[in-house]
Amino acid sequence: MQPTSHSFPANARAGLADPVLQTALGLARSGFPQRRQEAIARLPEFEELREQGRAIKDHVLAHLDFYLERYEQNVTAAGGQVHWARNAEEARAAILGICRAADARIVTKGKSMVAEEIALNDHLEANGITPVETDLGEYIIQLRHEPPSHIIAPAIHLMKEQVADAFRAAHTELDPARPLTDPRALCDEARTVLRPRFLAADVGITGANFLVAETGSSIIVTNEGNGDLTQILPRVHIVITGIEKIVPTLEDAATLLRLLARSATGQEFSSYTTLSTGPRRAGDLDGPAEYHVVLLDNGRSALLGGEFQDMLRCLRCAACLNHCPVYAAVGGHAYGWVYPGPMGAVLTPALVGIAEAGHLPNASTFCGRCESVCPVKIPLPKMMRHWREREFAQRLSPPVYRTGLRLWAWVAQQPALYHAFAGITSRVLGWAGLYRGRFRSLPLASGWTAVRDLPAPQGRSFHSLWAEQQRRAGRSR
Amino acid sequence: MSAARDDILSGIRRALWRGSLSPDKTAELTERIAAHRRNLVPARAAALDPAARADLFVAMAEEVQTSVARIASDADIPAEVARYLAAENLPAELVVAPDPSLDAIPWDMRPLLQIRRGGAEAQDAVSLTPCLAGIAETGTLMLASGPGTPTTLNFLPDTHIVVLHAGQIVASYEDGWDLLRARTQDGAPALPRTVNLITGPSRTGDIEQRIQLGAHGPRRLHIVLIEDAPPAKG
Repeated sequence: MQPTSHSFPANARAGLADPVLQTALGLARSGFPQRRQEAIARLPEFEELREQGRAIKDHVLAHLDFYLERYEQNVTAAGGQVHWARNAEEARAAILGICRAADARIVTKGKSMVAEEIALNDHLEANGITPVETDLGEYIIQLRHEPPSHIIAPAIHLMKEQVADAFRAAHTELDPARPLTDPRALCDEARTVLRPRFLAADVGITGANFLVAETGSSIIVTNEGNGDLTQILPRVHIVITGIEKIVPTLEDAATLLRLLARSATGQEFSSYTTLSTGPRRAGDLDGPAEYHVVLLDNGRSALLGGEFQDMLRCLRCAACLNHCPVYAAVGGHAYGWVYPGPMGAVLTPALVGIAEAGHLPNASTFCGRCESVCPVKIPLPKMMRHWREREFAQRLSPPVYRTGLRLWAWVAQQPALYHAFAGITSRVLGWAGLYRGRFRSLPLASGWTAVRDLPAPQGRSFHSLWAEQQRRAGRSR
Repeated sequence: MSAARDDILSGIRRALWRGSLSPDKTAELTERIAAHRRNLVPARAAALDPAARADLFVAMAEEVQTSVARIASDADIPAEVARYLAAENLPAELVVAPDPSLDAIPWDMRPLLQIRRGGAEAQDAVSLTPCLAGIAETGTLMLASGPGTPTTLNFLPDTHIVVLHAGQIVASYEDGWDLLRARTQDGAPALPRTVNLITGPSRTGDIEQRIQLGAHGPRRLHIVLIEDAPPAKG
């Protein structure tokens, strides 16, 4: 999809004014964090598992070339094929090539953020192949022709009424008078409508949560079972995923799996964790005859060895989204591309450029919750700061902001001037705000006071209090 | 595409400020893979004796809406299956995995049950399969594909019944990996085509975060847990 991250402020305002979105986000705000907290409280080892999960990912990234080659060897040995794609275009071409060779008309898809990243559906449709999203949330947004707003709950911005409208518009073969008033009926209808498509599909495309170098396996973690029907029924199974999903062994996968479901949905374990290794074997009654893995780089390898390498540890669990006050206020579409929330604020500039996505790392309160809940301890706020620095260094931030920062930097480098200025300002503001204790508006500070009051300074600056305390301590010694 | 492969791998080495790994380093990483060293395994299930482990398995499975019936021996399977299907108001028809481990079930004790052996077809409503292990930690079943255990049985029918022997219940996923590795034959791929870890029936929370069972896979998952010693064949 074409990014609209450059219009984040306008997107965010639209999100704040959207009553449906605000109701839907209200459900998410309380649900996910509470369930995660309950799951973690039951596992005393969780903190140590986070530390180990981080270490496993760091170890893989430091030896990514070795593990990718070992993984490829084992996929090949099991009868599968690995396709390497430097960018989205190469990945789309590889997938289209496999689909064409299979004479595919209908392609079922399990939920894959990488498929969203490379805009796979548009490409397949443009080439006469019908992609069918089978994850319930993905199916809903496919019917509505919109991108996902959350990386594990794509339709989280909708309420059941919008889903019912989408189903009535799409499922015209069904009785228009049918009641579609509760989630159960909607879920059943999607199941009924999608079942024949699962059976008719020529190719099934899934993502991967992990790739195991030891065995050449891809692992998907789902709750609906749609990913499994997608990959065992058609004649061809294609896995599309990023190069950073590798883990060395099944033991390493187990550690990360223990972190994933608890961080994502607060489940002890997702309903279905499935390991796929090559195509069907001699004697098997089902399973795909062909197994392909498309490994996408698309800017990932360039993050290695630099200040954004830690981002490649990401498990795509969405805990950072679920705990972010900004995401919870504006929703995922405001971020304007595939990856929203804190992980998107770091990853999107890396994948589509800081010129397009400069607003995202700025749309943060730096409250630090994202880092504190990340199962692999990615320092998200720190990396957002790195993007802000790059944005500043590349002269991409607005002129007023840059001038203000330069002015402040200059004053801050002259201690005498700084103290004089701070002292006078705080005294004047303290006196002017004596009555109310806060300001509703102030000259030059409308950016702040337009949406909240500014508390009036109360008394003296920290510097002068500190100096006085030091003096007193010196006397009493 | 090999140009893309070379570019990606050399790009990785360049970004990491090094060339190819030294033979020593390669040997060390190869050893790391071969050793299958376990990371931290939660104490929850590891310290339990077999009886307590089975109880934990059942408790964890029931927590995620799996139903469990504990019976004494394989001979009781037909009666339990008939009881379950009647209680759930389901037709007395099922497709049974063609695996030899299920050959000895005396279905003729319940002549009203219609049994077909094979993979699942679109119209099959109930399946019955064996499994490789039960993992106590989270009440998870481990199933491996093979000629006798087609994967479609685990996903197409609305109701999935799984036969599990108490002796098959292990503590952790890692114990499950060891079982899988023990079955691998020389020269064959490391794992069967499909390994399913199944924890409860299919579910979704995609609409208003309200959990619905039976999104695309089975609405019901029923475990028939047999308390006798496991069969000699694993």
